[in-house]
Amino acid sequence: MSVKVSIPSAFRRHTEGLDHYKCEGSDLTTLLDSLGGRFPDLKPHLRDEQGNVRRFLNIYVNDEDIRFLGKDYKFKQGDEVTLVPSIAGG
Amino acid sequence: MSTNLRYELRCRECQTRWGNQPISFCQNCFAPLEVAYDWDRIRKEISKDEIGRRATNLWRYKELLPLPETYDASTPAGFTPLLKAAKLGESVRSRSLYLKNDAVCFPTLSFKDRVVAVALTQARNFGFDVVSCSSTGNLANAVAAQAARAGFKACIFIPADLEPAKVLGTQVYGAQIVRIDGNYDHVNRLCSQIADKHRWGFVNVNLRPYYAEGSKTVGYEIAEQLGWRLPDNIVVPMAGGSLITKIYKAFKELIDLGFVEEKQVKFFGAQATGCSPISAAVKAGRNEIEPQKPQTIARSLAIGNPADGFYAAKTILGSGGWAEDATDPEIVEAMTLLAENEGVFTETAGGVTVAAARKLYAQGRIRPDETTVLCITGNGLKTTDAFTGKFDTVEPIPPKLVAFEQFLETQFTGARAAGKGAA
Repeated sequence: MSVKVSIPSAFRRHTEGLDHYKCEGSDLTTLLDSLGGRFPDLKPHLRDEQGNVRRFLNIYVNDEDIRFLGKDYKFKQGDEVTLVPSIAGG
Repeated sequence: MSTNLRYELRCRECQTRWGNQPISFCQNCFAPLEVAYDWDRIRKEISKDEIGRRATNLWRYKELLPLPETYDASTPAGFTPLLKAAKLGESVRSRSLYLKNDAVCFPTLSFKDRVVAVALTQARNFGFDVVSCSSTGNLANAVAAQAARAGFKACIFIPADLEPAKVLGTQVYGAQIVRIDGNYDHVNRLCSQIADKHRWGFVNVNLRPYYAEGSKTVGYEIAEQLGWRLPDNIVVPMAGGSLITKIYKAFKELIDLGFVEEKQVKFFGAQATGCSPISAAVKAGRNEIEPQKPQTIARSLAIGNPADGFYAAKTILGSGGWAEDATDPEIVEAMTLLAENEGVFTETAGGVTVAAARKLYAQGRIRPDETTVLCITGNGLKTTDAFTGKFDTVEPIPPKLVAFEQFLETQFTGARAAGKGAA
């Protein structure tokens, strides 16, 4: 499954300036593996040493926080993934 | 300090310093940025006596805030009353219960006037023409009003279901409102994306580290109004979770400056049951937050994915405090209780705080003999819809004494015994 991933500007120095990238992945784990594989400098910013998504990074599938979809959520054709820094609002 | 700055941004996690610029998170690790101060310098510049001689508004703490060299201090936000709550205290057998009443904060009747006052000094400093925010209402009002006065254009993003009074209380200042089909967390995500693209001063996105420091003034004022001492307990409503962490920071700074005696204040957080990601974490003894989908009348606290939730839970648990939450009926009941006993009409968030505090007293987590402050952060006139259908319509009577006497006999139950025959 090819999924479009939107990259926030703070990450673009690790993605050769790309603001989005079409990435292979059937679920979040394989998607982040594939994204981190393509951009090795980005990899440590996505997950911590235990393999959990970093605390200050929110990941959305279309308009939904992926935590509401469940960690085993399987991507569907046309899904768009957005990475957003979590420190905002309130 | 890395240079000759009196303050600068520093990452809360990896400690990297970023100078002063409009960014909210560490560009290395995404963790939040915090304002760090040159305390050696500040310690020489400020004293309790000097503060005491200044005007009664938040600018009296200017050395303790991240303000530019020059700024407009003409909006007298802050320094709201600290009220002794004798009757409410009686209901929980306490003689030392206080209300920090930001329901009357100037200019828009919520504690958000404080954070916006500080944020706009930096919006000017960084040269923004447009200021903006994602808001559950109070912040919208505060940004709109202060932007109008300071001469910024304002563009305000709100969830579509916001209370009418909060929408009108934004539009009246000439601000552009953008209503979003979605909850606050959707609005907030969109604002992060817009701030990433447009050069606007989002007070709670790219100006957030400076903005959040304005909340410290709640803590400074409580200490000063108690005669430069700290309370034993404080109960704080939680939406994004920033306020409670900033009051903690304020108390710690005052201890470090020697302005108050050291004391381990217990921090208690209050949320609505229908949006309680932080109180759920505290009750489970963890700092990590699981987001929720908000469903509560306390819309000003309806943030399901709180940015500072992790730090709020950590602050509470580290202080020996606790968190509680209140259902919608409990919120309205507590708003009524506060109004009837203390003459303070708070918004739903204040109802959350009062209801949670009553539970904490009942559980014995707050002891009646200790000094406790409840933070009332907003005004009831903004959320009157919480009372829809709660009061009977009062039928008019003719302007005749006989009609009034009849009214007194049949309807005015409360005053009949007290007033009859007094003349």
